[in-house]
Amino acid sequence: MTSFWQGILSILERYGSSLLLGVRTTLIVSLTGTIFGLILGLAVGGLRAAKLDYTASPAARILKKLFDILANIYITVFRGTPMMVQAVFFYYALLDVIHWSPMVAAIFVISINTGAYMAEIVRSGIQAVDIGQTEAARSLGLSNTQTMMQVVLPQAIRNAFPAIGNEFIVNIKDSSVLMIISITELMFQSKSIAGSTFLFTETYFIEAMIYLFLTTVASLILNYIEKRMNRPKMSLPQSVTDPKNVNYIKESEQKGGNSDYAAR
Amino acid sequence: MPLVEIENIHKRFGSLEVLKGVDFHVNEGEVVCLIGRSGSGKSTLLRCINLLEKPDDGGIRVFGEDILHTKDVNAYRAKVGMCFQQFNLFSNLDVLQNCVMPQMKVLKKSKEEAVKTALYYLNKVGMADFAGASVQTISGGQKQRVAIARSLCMEPKLMLFDEPTSALDPEMVSEVLNVMKQLASDGLTMIVVTHEMGFAREVADRVVFMDKGVIEEEGTPEKLFTNPDSDRTREFLNVIG
Repeated sequence: MTSFWQGILSILERYGSSLLLGVRTTLIVSLTGTIFGLILGLAVGGLRAAKLDYTASPAARILKKLFDILANIYITVFRGTPMMVQAVFFYYALLDVIHWSPMVAAIFVISINTGAYMAEIVRSGIQAVDIGQTEAARSLGLSNTQTMMQVVLPQAIRNAFPAIGNEFIVNIKDSSVLMIISITELMFQSKSIAGSTFLFTETYFIEAMIYLFLTTVASLILNYIEKRMNRPKMSLPQSVTDPKNVNYIKESEQKGGNSDYAAR
Repeated sequence: MPLVEIENIHKRFGSLEVLKGVDFHVNEGEVVCLIGRSGSGKSTLLRCINLLEKPDDGGIRVFGEDILHTKDVNAYRAKVGMCFQQFNLFSNLDVLQNCVMPQMKVLKKSKEEAVKTALYYLNKVGMADFAGASVQTISGGQKQRVAIARSLCMEPKLMLFDEPTSALDPEMVSEVLNVMKQLASDGLTMIVVTHEMGFAREVADRVVFMDKGVIEEEGTPEKLFTNPDSDRTREFLNVIG
């Protein structure tokens, strides 16, 4: 047993920096992939959940129908095939066309893969927002887009935040499959270390502990953000909402104010 | 000239015909209460007026404009306020922001101007002290008063109320009705779907009884409540009386 811990120590000593490099790449790929995936998911999921009312033109209807079909194919394909397969396929298929680096390819693949999941998360988040919110916004004269951006999406994102955060945690772990296109993330680095030291158990034990550490810290941060989001906040300056500043209104009311209804 | 003129509108949801040819008008400055059983079509009629539902047939003119063929539905809706049974305050915004955001987005007002108007109307409904409160933390009656203020901020020429007190605890009904009475005495044109017969009797200029998708009877509150012409009106008033 002592040799196990000795092995661990010697790996950390000799390969600590390459492990850290792996952690860095893993974090870059999973974080950018989650962010781009979320943006993609907001666009696709938002448009999929959008309902056209009777004022929409026939052309808009056809476009929407077409978009729904394409979005459906996208989601089915990217949720229905392994990310590892998507990585090798896109990397080699596009290599001759755009000569991209494995790192760019990795971020591309993890982004569109995450986007497919995010689209469904966002769509269900939007559908969970009470229809009354939309009706109230429309009755005040907000357009379809304004209603979506000002009222529905902020609530949908808040509702879906745990699921969105979960995608980040999944990405920290699942980016390990992107070693297949030889980006130097944590799995790739561990595999090289294990290959040169022959200390397989020790190396992969360290790797597992690092992944566990990363996901634990990530979920703590996500929990913190979630708590903050749910805390009622005042985003207008205190001076505006402070009751003692309301005096000028009372004065204007006494002067007759803007009682602009037609007199009976 | 009537502010709202509705001619023979029909509305179907699938095979269910909710409005079966309704003719209805409201004059400027008038307060009209729509009463009737659940499913009689009164809410649907109200929702047709601000185009949350589009009638299948018939015509609606509001402010002299044929709204079923209007180019800019949003500009039209901004002139018609609506209050809902479930308040529908935007839960991602606080009380003041609920009143400020629509003014900025729809009327393109500056933030300072919008805040000033918002505080004026929040003060009018007695909610200015809650401007910074989250909408989750205030009571139902307070929510409905904020919802009324939010609509008033758009300075509408017509207000629609869809059972504004039906989701409230009994002790909160009067605070909302008092605000509505105040609006009525200011001369605002109002159409109110309600089960509050006391309010209808006291405030309405005209009461409209709807039954099975048509207007069964309409008249002054005194006439309709004390001596209705129709047996069905009498029957309804006896049941709820």
